[in-house]
Formats: sequence, structure tokens, C-alpha cells
Amino acid sequence: MSREPVAVTAGPAADPAGRAPAGRPAGAPSRPVVRPGRRRADRRRLLEIALFAGPAVLVYVLFVLVPIGLAAYYSVFRWNGLEPLTDFVGLDNYVRAFTDPVFLGALGHNAFFVVMSLVVQLPVALAVALLLNRKMRGRTAFRTIVFIPYVLSEVIAGVTWLLILQPDGLMDRVLEGVGLGGLVQLWLADRTVVLWTVLAVISWKYIGLAIILFLAGLQGVPEELHEAASIDGASWWQVQRRITLPLLGPTIRIWMFLSIIGSLQLFDMVWVMTGGGPANASNTMATYMIDRGFRRSQFGYGSAVAVILFVVSLVAAVFYQRFVLRRDTEGALTGKGHRR
Amino acid sequence: MGTMRRAGALVALVASTALVTAACSGGGGGGGPSGDGNVTITWWHNGTGEPLLGLWQDVADEFEADHPGVTVEVSAVQNEELQKTKIPAAMQAGNPPDLFQQWGGGELADQVAAGKVMDITDQVADELDLIGGSAAGWQVEGRTYGLPFSLGVEGFWYSKAMFAQAGITTPPTTMDELNDAVQKLKDAGLVPIVVGAKDGWPAAHYWYNFALRSCSTDTMKQAGVDFTFDDPCFVEAGDRLQEFLDTSPFQEGFLGTSAQQGATSSAGLLANGKAAMELMGHWNPGVMGGLTEDGQGLGDDLGWFPFPAVDGGAGDPDAALGGGDGFSCSAQAPPECVELLKYIASVDVQKRFAESGAGLPVTQGAETSVTDPNMKTLLDFRNNAAYVQLWLDVAYGNTIGGALNEAVANMFAGQGTAQDIVDAMTTAAADR
Repeated sequence: MSREPVAVTAGPAADPAGRAPAGRPAGAPSRPVVRPGRRRADRRRLLEIALFAGPAVLVYVLFVLVPIGLAAYYSVFRWNGLEPLTDFVGLDNYVRAFTDPVFLGALGHNAFFVVMSLVVQLPVALAVALLLNRKMRGRTAFRTIVFIPYVLSEVIAGVTWLLILQPDGLMDRVLEGVGLGGLVQLWLADRTVVLWTVLAVISWKYIGLAIILFLAGLQGVPEELHEAASIDGASWWQVQRRITLPLLGPTIRIWMFLSIIGSLQLFDMVWVMTGGGPANASNTMATYMIDRGFRRSQFGYGSAVAVILFVVSLVAAVFYQRFVLRRDTEGALTGKGHRR
Repeated sequence: MGTMRRAGALVALVASTALVTAACSGGGGGGGPSGDGNVTITWWHNGTGEPLLGLWQDVADEFEADHPGVTVEVSAVQNEELQKTKIPAAMQAGNPPDLFQQWGGGELADQVAAGKVMDITDQVADELDLIGGSAAGWQVEGRTYGLPFSLGVEGFWYSKAMFAQAGITTPPTTMDELNDAVQKLKDAGLVPIVVGAKDGWPAAHYWYNFALRSCSTDTMKQAGVDFTFDDPCFVEAGDRLQEFLDTSPFQEGFLGTSAQQGATSSAGLLANGKAAMELMGHWNPGVMGGLTEDGQGLGDDLGWFPFPAVDGGAGDPDAALGGGDGFSCSAQAPPECVELLKYIASVDVQKRFAESGAGLPVTQGAETSVTDPNMKTLLDFRNNAAYVQLWLDVAYGNTIGGALNEAVANMFAGQGTAQDIVDAMTTAAADR
């Protein structure tokens, strides 16, 4: 996943396969260097491509492209999912979505999660990753602990938090136990609190990914740079600020990309904990889509919402690649990419 | 060597292609006779827990034994998953199970309009005689498209001990008495009523009951056919609900409480002695049992009384709100499907169903097997009811029902008026 956006914009120069000598695919080092004829080699290459890419392309077309096309087709009908598609309504379903305050509210909640997930998770994950990157006792155990929530199934984590956050549940008891009883809220039942509760839980759930990614990125920062900097008299803070963070940039930008897309498509934790309520106060586009489409048998309208969700995510992804990830292709790391 | 590799590559490519196409074109269900006279019937039901799971399996085994050459493939699926996702998806794909759970009402009408369900009117005439008016929810325009095996009614489940503790001697029969009981329970430091408003429908059931008390029988029946809600009684129902909400009868944080999940759900709170009452269908004792450590729920302490009478409403005071479970055969199911359905509705199977305590039997002659005192009370109430109105979200179908449930849940959250509820239904009726 993290490679894909880079490869798309990087072109052949930065492509891992492109680094191998011309005409010699990296995956087949034992192939004879001298070849009888170009055409035969070309054909063999085509076959190889078909073999390796064929099944994936087939699955991709069947399970990604075709459903997207079908959803777009369904979205211009009024359809209860049972009868034949006959009630063509044009763009009415789209108009209906953008004039429904509940859908606009859901869109707003998605925007909230996109922004606040970055604001909350980025500083915390960076701090924890920098901490865990130092040699210290219990480092492995701590790494495992921060990553566990990410591995847990969404539904199990959601149900657990649902029980913890009930009135007079574990959360309330703990707060009262440490003398903070005044902070107790109706975590999931108060329309003004519920978004913040969900934000806290999804931050807990997904921050492990950020930390592990950042740790992996930190492994790629050459030790010599740290040594050189400290020989020059740089403090620990200066080293982090001037060397580690800039070199971690590509990793951070990729993580932000994943986080934004994840927030736009947020579904399971919200569905399990609040069902979008109370009174639609925590709906996201995805929970709204399932509720209107499946639960209320409005498959045409649900498909229109699905298309909107798809377009929003696609636009966000394309803009992000164009304006943010592009910098990574210009060789912030080692200068290799400067040849253009 | 090279040729070998190429041939291998080709085989792999073909194999993977074949796999994918097979996965798309294949698919179980459908049944139907297969050349050699053998028939497979697929059967989807919602009895994921005992006693229903075992009972339906026994019924399938017995049917197989009596009908050589017939195989019954039984699948149990969680109720909402089955109703809202699996059956609609299977029908869309043109590959529905032969015999499937049927909740009746507007959803059945949609399935009938799409030609997905078998008309069994002529084959089940004898069964209909024994079931009587309880079959109405499974009929569309005078034709029968399924048979119920259970039809229950709604009322308040309560703890007798808590009522005694609060000094309530007889269960309330009017709204004034209910409000009085709520106050007494509050004074005794108890939570009067629990509601699982997070799930929407438990909150909406209050509106259903007020509508049934506010609207005349004719209005209710007409609304279930033409989906118009312009009679002022529907706004009255919302006004009466608002009045009741203003007395704050519910537990703290009821907007975030689910109906049936765990000990902190509304059924769990009642079962574990944390609250005195809950408005719920006939299934509640079974749900409550699963939410206590000893599996017994409140046991003998559990009592039941019907929704109280409302002053000045046009509704028939003897009308009951309820719902049931039944089965339908899909349009392309083999004829043996109807035979199996008839067997399920037979007095013998209905008696065993009644003994299991999983619901209220509908076939005449099976009532005697109901032993639980609360279930007997419900059965008497149902049999004496002027008519049983199906749950409104079932009667009106998913589209209007979903909008109705959401609008009522909004009112519970202080976010809507009585008129908003009617408007939401009217808009949804136009979106159908």
C-alpha cells in the first residue's frame, strides 16, 4: 500500500525494478544473458506479465472496477433491491443526498475525523516512536503493547469500549476512583460528547499503526548522520529536529495519507459503538450508506451515497498525491531521484 | 524446460481464471430437482440459539425421514443479519433459499410485488382454518404467501419484587396509573423503566403503542395499505409520547443503551435487577435469561401487563401490538417446500414449539402446551384481542419503518416534534 503512490509518480528512475540492468528483470537472475531473438524474448516477457499480473488484474476488475461501475449504474434508479431496475430518476438521488441534513452532518463528521485524527495522533505517535527508538529496558514489550489495539478486530474492540463506556461502567468507576468523578459524561448518549468519545477510541485503536510505521522509518535513518551531528556538537533535540524528522518525512506523509482515507471511510467502530446515534450525532458517510441502503431497502439511493463516498476519497487521494507526496519523488532522502 | 514452464504458466492462469468464474457463477441455494429425482430444500431461519436451533434441526431430520429423496439443508442466521442483509442479497442475486424466515407485512408485500415468493393459498387451506386471523400478516390482497409459527404481543415486563418494594399493588391499566407507578418507583430510589434507544426500534415501539391507542382500527388498517398518515391521530400519538417523555421515566443515558447486548443493555438491566420495567415483545424472557449468570433472568419474579389504556384516543382498547415469525417458500422452490412448511405448522410441531417456550403458537390445538404462566397470560391477551397490529416498522416495510424509527429516536433525544415523525414517514413513503 505504501509503495503504490510512490511508484505511480516516481517514474522508472526510482522504480526498484528499474535499477536492475536493462532488460534483466530483478526476479529472474538466472536467465541467460545472450538471447536468440528479440521477438521471442518479448513474447516470453508478455507471458510472464500475464502470469504474474493476470490473476490480480482479473480479481481487481471483477471485485473493484465492476462493482464501482454497477454502483454508479444503480445510483440513477429508485430501487428497493427486489424489482427490476425500471424507475430511472437521473441525478435525483444525488440531489437528495446533498439536501439531506443527516447526510451533510455525516460528511461534516468525516471531516472532523480526518482533521482531528491527524491532530491527535501525529504528535503522540511521533513522541512515542522517538522514545521507543532509543535503547531502553522493556522496549520490545512496550512496542507490542502499543500495537495490540491495531491488531484487535474492530468489532471486538468496539463492543469492549461500548461496555466500558456505559453509564456507571468501568470508565466512570475508574474516573471516580481516582477522584475525577466530575469528568464523568454520558460518553455515548450525549449528542455533544459522542464525537469526541469516538475520536478517542479510534485514536487508541489506530495509533499503533502510526507508531510502528514511524519506528520502521526511523530504522532507515543512517546512524552515521547522528554520529556526525553529535561530533559537530548538536544536542539530542537538534538532532531530532534537523535530521530525524526531515528524514522521516516520507513515512509521515504516507501515514497521513492512510489516516485520511481511513477517516473518510470510517465505519465499523462507529457502527458498533453508536450505530450513528444518538439522533444521528455520530453518523459517517459509510454508516449512513449502510443504514439507508441496506436497512431501509433503498439500494439505488445507497449506491448514490457509495459513489459520493468513492469520489470524495478519490479526489482526496489524487490531490494528496499531487501536492504532498510529490515532494517525496524529488529525492528528499539521498539525492538519487534528482536525475530527471 | 522453457516449454514446460510456459505450459505450467498457462495451466496456472487458466486454473485461476476458472476458479474466479466458478466462484461467481456457482452458488448454493436454489434447490430444485436434480435429474435423479432427489430434491434439496435450503432452509434459512433465525433460531441461532436453543431451543429453536435444535427444534428446527429435528423437524428437518423428521421431514427427511418421511420423504425419501429429500434433503433439507438448514442454516441458522442472526435475526437482523438474516432480515436486512442475507435474504435481500440472495433475492437480488436471483438465488434465494427455498424456505426462509418471513416477518410478514410491508416487506412481504414488496417481495410479492417483485414475484419472489410463492402463492400457497390453495395448498394450505386446512392450515389456515386452524391458524385463523393470526395469518393476516402473511397475506397480501387476500392471498397467502407464508405461514406464521409464532405470534406474540407486546407489553411491559416487570419485576414483581420491585413493584412491591415501591408499594405498587396492581399493575397499571391506564396511563395515569403508569405515571403514578413511575413516580413511586423513583421515590423508592429505583429506575422505573429501561429502554434500548440506541437501537431505535425499542424507542419507536412506544410511538407504535400510542398510535394504536390514538387511531381507529380503520385508520390503522388503511395506513398499512396506502401508507398515508394525514389523519391527525398520528400527530396525537407523538403528542402523547412527548407528554410521557416529559415525565423522564427512563434510565440515565438511555440514548446509548442497546436493547439486547450484554448486561448493560435494557434487557440485561431488567434481568439483573437494575430496573423495574421494560416495554418489549414476547421474546424478552428468553433474551433476559441469556444475559444473567444463572441463565434464568428474573425467573418467577418476572411479571407482564399490557400497554395501558389512553384517555380519549380513538383506538380500540382491545387492539394489541405484536409481531411474529413465519416462513415463506420462494417462487422457484420445489413443491416439497410447501410440504415442509405445512409440517412446521402442524399441531404436533406447534405443540413442541409451545413446550420449548420460544414463542406463542398459532395453530389451534397447540395452546394447551404453553406452560409458562407469563406466556399463558400473553396468549390469553392475544386470543382476546380485537386484532393484532403488526409492528409498524414491519407493517410499513423497511423504508418507511426505518424513517419512523429514526424520527421517534430523535424525539427521545429531544430533537424532533410529533409533526416531524409524521413528515418523516410521509417523505419516506414518497421515496419508496
